[in-house]
Order: sequence, then C-alpha cells, then structure tokens
Amino acid sequence: MSNYDPVEVTPLHADELARMRDDALDAIKAARDLDELKQVRLAHAGDRSPIALANREIGALPPAARADAGKRIGGARKAVAEALAERQAQLEAERDERVLVEETVDVTLPWDRAPRGARHPLTTLQERVADAFVAMGYEVAEGPELEGEWFNFDALNISPDHPARSEHDTFFVESVESGKVLRTQTSPVQIRALLGRSLPVYVVSPGKVFRTDELDATHTPVFHQVEGLAIDEGLTMAHLKGTLDRFAEVMFGEGITTRFRPNYFPFTEPSAEMDLKCFVCRGASATPGNPPCRTCKSEGWIEWGGCGMVNPRVLVACGVDPARYSGFAFGMGIERTLMFRHNVEDMRDMVEGDVRFTLPFGMEV
Amino acid sequence: MKIPLSWLREYVDLPAVTAHEVADALTRAGLKLEAITSYGHDIKNVVVGEVLAIEELSGFKKPIRHCQVEVGEAAPREIVCGATNFQAGDRVPVALPGAVLPGGFEIASRKTYGRLSDGMICSEAELGVAESSPGILVLSPGTPIGVDVVELLGLRDDVIELEITPDVGYALSVRGVAREAATAFGVPFRDPADVTPPDGSGPAHPASIADPSACDRFVLREVRGFDPAAESPLWLRVRLARSGVRPVSLAVDVTNYVMLELGQPLHAFDAATLTGEIVVRRAEPGETLETLDHVVRALHPEDVLITDGSGVISMAGTMGGLKTEISGETTDIVIEAAHFSPSGVARMSRRHNLVSEASKRFERGVDRELPLYASWKAARLLAELGGGTIQPGVTHAEAEVEPVRVAMPSGHPGRVAGIPYDRETVVRRLEQVGCTVQAGGAAPAGGIAARLAVTGDDMLTVTPPSWRPDLTDPNDLAEEVIRLEGYEKLPSVLPAAPAGAGLTEGQRLRRRVGRALAGAGYVEILAYPFMGERDLDALQLPADDERRLAVRLANPLSEDEPLMRTTLLPGLLRTLVRNTGRGFADLTLFETGLVYRPDREAPATAPVLGVDRRPTAEELASIESALPDQPVRVAAVLAGEFERSGWWGGGRTASWADAIEAARVVAREAGVELSVRADRHEPWHPGRCAALYAGDVLVGHAGELHPRVIEAYGLPPRTAAMELELTRLEPLSAGPVQVSSISAYPVATQDVALVVASATPVAEVEAALREGAGDLLESVRLFDVYTGAQAGEGNKSLAYALRFRAADRTLTAEETTAARDAAVALAAERTGARLRGA
Repeated sequence: MSNYDPVEVTPLHADELARMRDDALDAIKAARDLDELKQVRLAHAGDRSPIALANREIGALPPAARADAGKRIGGARKAVAEALAERQAQLEAERDERVLVEETVDVTLPWDRAPRGARHPLTTLQERVADAFVAMGYEVAEGPELEGEWFNFDALNISPDHPARSEHDTFFVESVESGKVLRTQTSPVQIRALLGRSLPVYVVSPGKVFRTDELDATHTPVFHQVEGLAIDEGLTMAHLKGTLDRFAEVMFGEGITTRFRPNYFPFTEPSAEMDLKCFVCRGASATPGNPPCRTCKSEGWIEWGGCGMVNPRVLVACGVDPARYSGFAFGMGIERTLMFRHNVEDMRDMVEGDVRFTLPFGMEV
Repeated sequence: MKIPLSWLREYVDLPAVTAHEVADALTRAGLKLEAITSYGHDIKNVVVGEVLAIEELSGFKKPIRHCQVEVGEAAPREIVCGATNFQAGDRVPVALPGAVLPGGFEIASRKTYGRLSDGMICSEAELGVAESSPGILVLSPGTPIGVDVVELLGLRDDVIELEITPDVGYALSVRGVAREAATAFGVPFRDPADVTPPDGSGPAHPASIADPSACDRFVLREVRGFDPAAESPLWLRVRLARSGVRPVSLAVDVTNYVMLELGQPLHAFDAATLTGEIVVRRAEPGETLETLDHVVRALHPEDVLITDGSGVISMAGTMGGLKTEISGETTDIVIEAAHFSPSGVARMSRRHNLVSEASKRFERGVDRELPLYASWKAARLLAELGGGTIQPGVTHAEAEVEPVRVAMPSGHPGRVAGIPYDRETVVRRLEQVGCTVQAGGAAPAGGIAARLAVTGDDMLTVTPPSWRPDLTDPNDLAEEVIRLEGYEKLPSVLPAAPAGAGLTEGQRLRRRVGRALAGAGYVEILAYPFMGERDLDALQLPADDERRLAVRLANPLSEDEPLMRTTLLPGLLRTLVRNTGRGFADLTLFETGLVYRPDREAPATAPVLGVDRRPTAEELASIESALPDQPVRVAAVLAGEFERSGWWGGGRTASWADAIEAARVVAREAGVELSVRADRHEPWHPGRCAALYAGDVLVGHAGELHPRVIEAYGLPPRTAAMELELTRLEPLSAGPVQVSSISAYPVATQDVALVVASATPVAEVEAALREGAGDLLESVRLFDVYTGAQAGEGNKSLAYALRFRAADRTLTAEETTAARDAAVALAAERTGARLRGA
C-alpha cells in the first residue's frame, strides 16, 4: 500500500453514477413493450451495462474509497432493478389485457357437434317400476316372450274354453295347436317364479307382451306390462292394497288417491281393479254439469291395473300348498302409465321410434 | 250390457237416486260403469192430440195435409203435415209451439205451404225412439187427449251400460243386475223369473237329449194361431233398442226381450217346418247347416246341435238354421229354452267364429233353473201381443246334475281380506248372493277340490244358487263377502318382504349397455319384433343363412310380416328410414331386445300339461325344449354425420369404424375386450365387415352395410350397423376389475413407423407389438397410417407410439430400446413389418 498511486476513476464519481442510473430509469420508462424493456434490461442492467462496468472499477479505488463507491453502485442497481420490475409488471398487465381482449369469443355460439342420445321411456319406466319394488325387497324375474301355452293360460287357470281366453286375442306360433304363443301377459312369469324359486317369493317382472290389436291411438299389438307376485304365509288383500298404494305414490307422487273395485281375472280370486283418481280433473268431471275431462273420459277415475289374491288353483298347478301359502299378484300397463305420467296422447308416438319423441326423456323417466 | 233404468226399477225398489248413483253402486259391486246415455230428458211440450179433419193440399211436389188437431185446449190447432199414414179420428203425438224435440230441435208456429202450422205431428224418429220411421206415430184409439207423450210412452229414461266380466253370466240380464242393485241399496228384489207356469197336461213338440254332456235341460213350448202380421208394440221396441238390440219382428223381439230380462237365451222355430222329434246331439260326419246369416257351415263332430227328422236345424245356443226360421207366414211357434254345456257352446262359437248374444250367455253360464219359466214368459208374451194361444203342456228333457257344495270356515273371507268379518256378516252376505248356508261341513276327499280345501273352526257348507255356476271354491265365496262388504273398506298394509338380492348381473348389464350407448349418442327404439321374407331378402341373406330359420306366426297382423325376428336389424333399419323420411339426416339408433331362433331338432309342439299338481321336471322340460332360443341382442344403426359439421368446420360422416366402436362401447360395459377380424357376412359390405370376438367366441358383427341392403331399404348411403348378442357376451365378462398399483416412475416413449403390406390387418400388427414389447409396455397407440409413395407400392406405413413404464424403477434408455426392438422383431416375424427407412 505504500506505493499507492491514486488514479482518478471517473465512472465511480457520484454524479457520474447518478447519470447512469437516471439514463437507465429514463430508458425503462421509455420502453413501450416487453421486447423494448428486454433491450433496456440488457443495456442498463446487463453484464455490459455502464453500472456493471463501473462496478468492475471498484478494485482500482483506494481501500478507503471502496465502501463508499460500493454503496453508491448498490443504490443505483437497486433503483434500476426496482424500476425494471415495476415496468415489467406494468407492461405484462397491459399485454395481458390486450391479448385476452383479442381472444374474446362469442360464448353464445351453439355446439351440437357430438350426437345426443336417449333411452326409450318405456325402457326406463320399466326400470323405475322395477326399482320401486327392488327397494321393497322384491327381485326382478324374467321369462321368454314366446311362451308355452300352458304357462300363458292353463297354469293361470285359463282353461281352453274359458271366455277370457278368446278375449286375449292371442298370436299363435306356427299353428293354434302348437302349444306355443306370444305371451299375452307377463303373468306366465308368475308360474315360472313359483316353479323356479323357493318360497317365500316376492318378484316383479316387467316385459313385452303381445295381442292381435291393430296399432292406433290407444292400441298397439306389442306393449309392455309389469307383473308383481308375492307368495308368503299370511298375505291378505290388505297387503295387496298397501303394496299398490305405495307403488302408486312412488310412480305418481304423494297424495295420489287410489280405489279398489271388484273385477275378474281367472288367476286371482278375489280379483280387483286398481283405479287412480284422475289427476287432471281430480275426479270432478264425473259429476254431471262439470266440464268433461279427456284424460279420464269424465269417469273421474283411471283404470291402472288388475290385481288380486293368487287363485289357489294357480298355486296347486305350481305345487304350492294353498292351505299354508297365500299371496297376491298385480299387473299394470307400462304404456298406460307412461301416457298418464307424461301426457302422451297417441300410442303410435311410443312405437314409431321417432327421435323427437324419445330424445327429451334422456337417461331416466 | 245396457240396462234401461226404468226396466231395473220394475224389479228393485230403488230409492230416489240418479242413474250415476246407481252406476256407482254397481261399479263398487263389480259391475263397472261404461257409459250412461240419457233419453227423452230434452223433450218438452209434446202432447196427445186427435186429428179432427184433414184437408189435402194440392199443387205441391208431394202430398201435404192441413189438419185440425184437438189437443185439449180451447180450440183445435191447425197443423201442416207431410205424412199420410193417419186419418181423421187417429190419436197422434203433437209437438206444440215452444216444444223441444231430441237434439234441441225447437217447434214454433210458422207459415208453410200457404197455411199456418201451429205445431208438428211427430213420428217415432222425431221423438227419438227409432232411427227412422216411415210415417207419424199413430197411438192406440183410447189414448187420452192432452196428456204428455213422454210420460205416457215412458220415453224419458237413462240407460246404464255396464262392463260384465266373463265370470258373471247372470249379470247379462236385468234380473242379475237388479239383484246386485237391490243388495247394494239394501232394498227388496222382485225376481222377474218368479212366474208360475200352469201344470201342463202332456208334452208339447216331442224332444229328447241324446248327449247329456252337451245339454242337461231342454224345454219346448208351443204357441199356435199367432198372427204373423202382429207388430211389436212401441214399448217393446223402445226397450230393445235402448238395450242395444235391433227390433226385428214380434216373435224375435219377444225372445230377445225375455233373454235380456232373465238372461235365458231362447230360440223360436216355425212349427210348420219341423219334422218329427227334436233331438239334442253332437254333429255327425259331413253334416252342414245354413244358419240365419245365410252362411252354410260345415259342422264339427263336437258341435252341439238341435236336430229333427230332417237333420240339423240349429247350432245350440249359438245360431239357428235358416230353414226353420220364423217367417212372415209363421202362425205356429215352438219356443226352445235350454241349458247347454258352456264349454260345448264356447268351443262351437270359437270354431265357427260366431259370437251371438246367446252364445255369449251360455259360455258364461246360464241359470239352469230358468228354461221352464223363461219359456213360459215368452209364450205368454207371444200369446198376448200376437194373438196366439199357448198349447197346454211342456216338453221337458233333463239330465241329473249334482249341485255344487263348498265348505269353508266362517273366518275364511276375513283371512283372505285381512280384516275380520263376523259369522253373521259372512252368512248374510252369502245369502244375499243367493247361497244356502248350513253350519258344519267336511272338506272334500279327493281331486283338485281336496287340494283347494280350506279347513278350520266353524265350518260352513255353502250351496251356491243355480245362477252362480262360477262359485266353486272357498275363495270364490270369500270374494262375494268381501265385495259386498266393500273393497273400499279394506285396510292398506305394506307387507315386509324379506331382503332381496337386487338386480342380477345380467339385468345390470342391460341397463349399463343402454346408458352407455345413449351416452355415446345413440337413441333407443323399441321396434315390433316381426319381419317378413322380404326383410331376409333385403338383408341379402344367403339361402342357407341360419337367420332364415324363423318362427312363423299362425295369425300375423300383416301377411307381409309373419315371422319373428332373428336379427334386430330390420326393425332398426325401417325406423331409420322412417326418421329419414321425417327430415332427419343424421341418425344414430339402437335397440336391445330378444331375437327368436328356433332349433330344427326341437319338437313341433309344446305339450299342454295338467293343472291339478306341479308338473314333473321332465314335463316342464318338454315345454322348454319346444320353445325357440330367445337370446338378448343389442344392435345399432347409424347414418349421416356422426360428428356434425357447423360453424367450427366440417363434420365426420358415420362410418364402419363408428359401428365397431359402438360394439366396443357395449363390450366394455360387459368387461370384455373385443377383438376384430375382417369377415364377409351379410348384410354388411364384404370389404367393410368386422366379426367381433370375445376371445374365441363370435359375439357379433359390425361395419358398413352392403350397398344392395342400403338400396333395398332406401337407406342413406354408407349406413353402418352393428349387432351383438348380449346373452353370449355376458358370461365372458372378466368379473370385477383387479387393480394393480399405479407406478410413480416416469414414462418412456418410443415411436416406431412400420411398413407392412396394405392387406395386413392392423390388429395383427398391434397384437404382435404388444406381445413382443413384453411387460414393460404400458400402451400402444396407432397415430398415423400412411399409404403414399414413400411407403412403397402396395404397402402402408403405420406409426405407433409405444409407452413403457416399470412399476419399481426408472427405465434406462437401453431397456426401453430393447423392448421396442423386441416388439418390432415380433411384428416383423408375424406380419413382415419392417421399420420405415430401414
């Protein structure tokens, strides 16, 4: 240190550094976009920037002056860095604003690129019915659509001469003597359930059935029913009524009024018809003088389905002891139920497969 | 069954209730209201008048009369009338000015044909009692002048139409309905059959029963000196018409009237046409009969017939013969009232497709005790109205019939209902039905009756009345008690079923398949499962195709579609065309349902087993083996754009690939990975048809349809389809998914481009890559297919991305490359693939 030769180091002068800093700040301020700011950063904060170069000169200063100069450089660098960061944030915000505005789309544009699907309401209604009974502990039983005559008629106490037999408008397979028919009802599944399951039996059976009716607004030769069967010890008509009341509530909502009235089916004795109070006119149209009702044809009630206590003769044909077991059975038309529940006026809409009918139903009914 | 309320009131003292109230009570008892029709309530101010003088007016196109009519007022009325079937002194109905006729037709004073017409002389049609009438209604001479015609003729009435179930034949009569109404209102019932025929001396026309299984009672009475010109009185015609029976002639009208009132079908023969003894028997070979409807019918050996010396004269309880019919010259009438076998009549009626009011009643059961009384009532009416005389005596042939007795504990109806009825109630209700009830009783010893027997304390022995042949079992009696006590009084109790197992795997699968396809954009349809040979031809099925072996219906709805479907495609294709025709071009449809596949070896008939016991396993198997196989299938068809074009750019036309993907969607739900092989299988395009396999099991086909199929059905071009047999797919399911741990190590990707001959199936290349790559391979994906010049003539270049990952380490480049090379090597060995550029 004794031979120290003091040299004037101009860049480290305070006013010189202040100028460099101000130049940098001016340039930062003047940068109009992020690209310019990048150039400014390189020029004023990079390795070759005046301040960086000045910093290298610190070593040439006498030790006593170094701390002072270092402090001045540090101050300048900090000011430049802060200004850069601030300007960077400012320009980024401006860019984002501009770019996001440019990217604006019309979100009201339609989008139907992928096809839309749906399940047929007759299918999903059968599932809903099945679910209602599965929730009560029933199982879903099935049987063939092309059925033995014995299952469809004889075992159900519909003897060959029974008037009910000719009322069924049966499709015969191959010939009327073949012993084979398209099932006219889901009731043969009762027989299959009694022959194939162990007691007690609680089953529900939705499915396709066939009658030789021409298609019109209220008839279709191929339609769907749901059959229920419960065989246990001590079952009564009161249990049948309780079950169907619950079922009606599940299908049509709380507050639905039901009615049991005597009817006749060979496979149940006693037999009943389950009517629903018309939920359009609430039964009012049946009183003369009130406006007519299309839904119930001014009867005040809608026939929903047949039911009754399983005829002991059916139990005998299936080898079930009627002295020990009793039970009930019921059957409802799925198409009718869909008509009431969804205001379908023409049966043809359900069978033609027009996508306009089915699409609104989606996945559930 | 249509019942005029006035007729009902003759036999029941109904309180002052409306027709609706009566109908409601009957509905509650099981006779359901169909409709109520009101008659005559809108007729006002029509009175009886006497024609004092007639002036014939001339100069008009038709005869016109100007009449002076006395109507019980200060002065006669002048009335212009166009009818000529009356004369001065006749009593006629007169609608006075201000009168209203059926349909709201109002009568006013007016000038017509140059004269004042101060009212109208009415015909039956104008009064609403006939559909048409040739002239005005001339009343009997003693009819009091000025009285109200509607009251006088009983024109004001309500007709209740009831739906009668097949078990209660007795309710097809005023008698039966009146009995139910009396019980429902708790008022007395007067039996219209309660008449006392005189003790006749000797038989009428001779008759006998040759076959007691066909007929167990046969009664004949004779009326002689009947006036064939006698007409049915107005009241009779009105009652018949309102009951839905067309008036014909007095003799026929009387038999119909008695049938409607009592429920006993009657037949009237012209005595002059009968030859010798009448015999009830079954048909002999070759016999025929020309019936009243002019049809010559070939008779069946089991037909129940009325015959005489000349041969067959009538089909018992179904329809009479033409030859012995009552004619315009008949003066001597033989009335037949019988009790025929219900099944005998039922079968005959069905065999000949001949349903009559008589057959309907015999089939459902007619009161066996009625013939003597009904025939007497008819004879009396014929004599009264037709001026004949009843011949003394009656022919009465009968066969012994054992009455039915049913034993049950008095508590049985309550145990069926779920609400107790005391003994007194049970007995009272059964007696109201007409049963005789005695205390005590033993269960029957054998047969079906023993199996149905109900035993317990306080046994009752019940003898049902002759008009209720439907009451044979304890539960029949229970129903009578419960319905008369009121179904509406039954409590509502939800039983506790044992816990169930929920849906089966198969049921769940069908639901999943439906949801998955709908989620993939398909719309479900439910087509009729019928098809015709036309469909099989349109599908281009070869002559020996198994799908041509179809179940044929004996009585199809349409002769064009007599077959049960063996494939779901015809219904789907027709529905697609229907939707196309309604303006929808882009369509994706599916159906799940049964197909019916008969077995050539199966027995032709399914036996009809007995019902008095559980069939044996062999007996049940004999039915099952005669039924065709009925597997569940799912099929889809698609046409137009599968991905729609729009403002975003072009769409993508549905293709064979979408059809195969639809099959994969289904298979995935079954937990089955499908493998695809090229196939030639109608109705698909021979170059665009995929056979779909689950392992080695063929489960279906998919692809683009054959252009000829597209043309035959009128389908949009390039329509594609798939069909899978769910029943075959279901058992192949892999079961519950087994999870392997998820590796956290990085993936290593290697792309390879392989050149193979154009005809090489890609599926084979991929399978070789998979197998060759070994366990480290995570996935392989074909991302490009190139067929340009650089791949070489007759070749294609396949670009695959292979992803490798190990469960326990980061793979080295050497490991990954080795696995890739092994994959390529196996592909090369199996398919001749070589690396592109190599």
